[in-house]
Amino acid sequence: MSEIRFTDQHEWVRVEGDVATVGITDYAQEQLGDVVYVELPEVGKTIAQGDEAAVVESVKAASEVYAPVSGEVVEVNGDLEAAPGGVNEDAMGKGWFVKLKLSDKSELSKLMDEDAYKSFVEGLA
Amino acid sequence: MSAPHSEETLQVTPLHALHIELGAKMVPFAGYDMPVQYKDGVLAEHLHTREAAGLFDVSHMGQAWIEGPDFETVARALEALVPGDLLGLAPGAIRYTLLLNDKGGIRDDLMVTRPAEAARANSLFVIVNAACKEADFAHIAANLPAGIVLKPIRDRALIALQGPKAVEVFKRFAPAGADMLFMTAQAMDVAGVPCLVSRSGYTGEDGYEISVPEKDAVSLTKKLLGEAEVKPIGLGARDSLRLEAGLCLYGHDIDETTTPVEGALTWVIGKRRREEANFPGSKIILGQIANGASRKRVGLLPEGKAPAREGTEIVADGKVIGTITSGGYGPTVGGPIAMGYVDTSHAKVGTEVELMVRGKGRPAKVVAMPFTEKRFHKTK
Repeated sequence: MSEIRFTDQHEWVRVEGDVATVGITDYAQEQLGDVVYVELPEVGKTIAQGDEAAVVESVKAASEVYAPVSGEVVEVNGDLEAAPGGVNEDAMGKGWFVKLKLSDKSELSKLMDEDAYKSFVEGLA
Repeated sequence: MSAPHSEETLQVTPLHALHIELGAKMVPFAGYDMPVQYKDGVLAEHLHTREAAGLFDVSHMGQAWIEGPDFETVARALEALVPGDLLGLAPGAIRYTLLLNDKGGIRDDLMVTRPAEAARANSLFVIVNAACKEADFAHIAANLPAGIVLKPIRDRALIALQGPKAVEVFKRFAPAGADMLFMTAQAMDVAGVPCLVSRSGYTGEDGYEISVPEKDAVSLTKKLLGEAEVKPIGLGARDSLRLEAGLCLYGHDIDETTTPVEGALTWVIGKRRREEANFPGSKIILGQIANGASRKRVGLLPEGKAPAREGTEIVADGKVIGTITSGGYGPTVGGPIAMGYVDTSHAKVGTEVELMVRGKGRPAKVVAMPFTEKRFHKTK
């Protein structure tokens, strides 16, 4: 069973076992526009919740992707370096950025579930 | 993710409702609520303009007539504020020039047209930047001698049709447009609407800029958009197109603190004007032409894929030698491109520098601009 959680900065995190996959939401990629570059952290780096995990640049601007949870980087999505448009095509799937080994599962409880995020986004319109 | 902007009271162009109908994403720009992109997005809009034809609403820009007793008197009056040779303009010719301050800094860049039509023989037509227009109009008006007046045009929209297919499309509505040469203007009917048409643009492509009565702007725009080759293009792609073409964006690449020599715009200063040395800041500017300036605007090509944005420091041998003034992704180039100011000692094409993006030096080279080939209609 995997569970997905969201931040108010429009990141998502999907947890399977003690590994958390992190990306930006479909709403975020829509707001950014065409993604032309992503900068990913090095595997082995430890990132604290709320710190910069990656950088995503669209034709318009650069934005930071913040870590929804703390953990050690165990994998990065190298495909995005060659084809950053993958973020626009499938933000919630193959457009993931990093996988973190969770250091504190309780951090997940501070994040929104899918319904809460949905109403949060509706509130922004 | 880090996030966007605040609200302010914004002006609208005559095409505002049409932009919304076309699904544009609207943003504040120079005090106007303007389309930054439509449904296809910046990348697709940029590429479409380079391959076919793009239609841009540039009605936020300032249009004005400067009128006097005759062409020569009017041209001389405006020459007092700019370094361009306006007296030498043939009827129907357009010149890119600069409004200068007393220190040789650039107040704005503008297009000046000598109308071809006999009825306008005593006038010049000027187009200035949106953000500067009220200040420009006040500055020009305050410095014109008695008998010469600046009349802002507030009842006309301005639309640009740009791209390799622009001529093919435009001639269906105005056959005479096909024979115009680049940087010339002519009054003509476009789909039956009396317009002032310039063969010019801000994309590095062939195309037209059409000054159209406000009341006809929507219907003419819809007619042009009805052609298969044409799509609406927002400010996002307008910016990446002009950057690839190596063209300056006022307030970013040139401003009151940069001179034409530093801005690599020495070519705008006419030969006769150099000899007469009677434009604002001429002493400083002619001194820089003779002895060189300490810095220069250059093109920069980052080696990797990371875009280097405006404000990025340019470093060489461990020292900051300049700053990027425009930078981003060039869709036609297929990678990051930038322009900025560097110490003249590092301005030579081929010079290797580093761009400090997120605290890390990234290799880049000084290159000649444009980044893409210009395709203007210069000869028949």
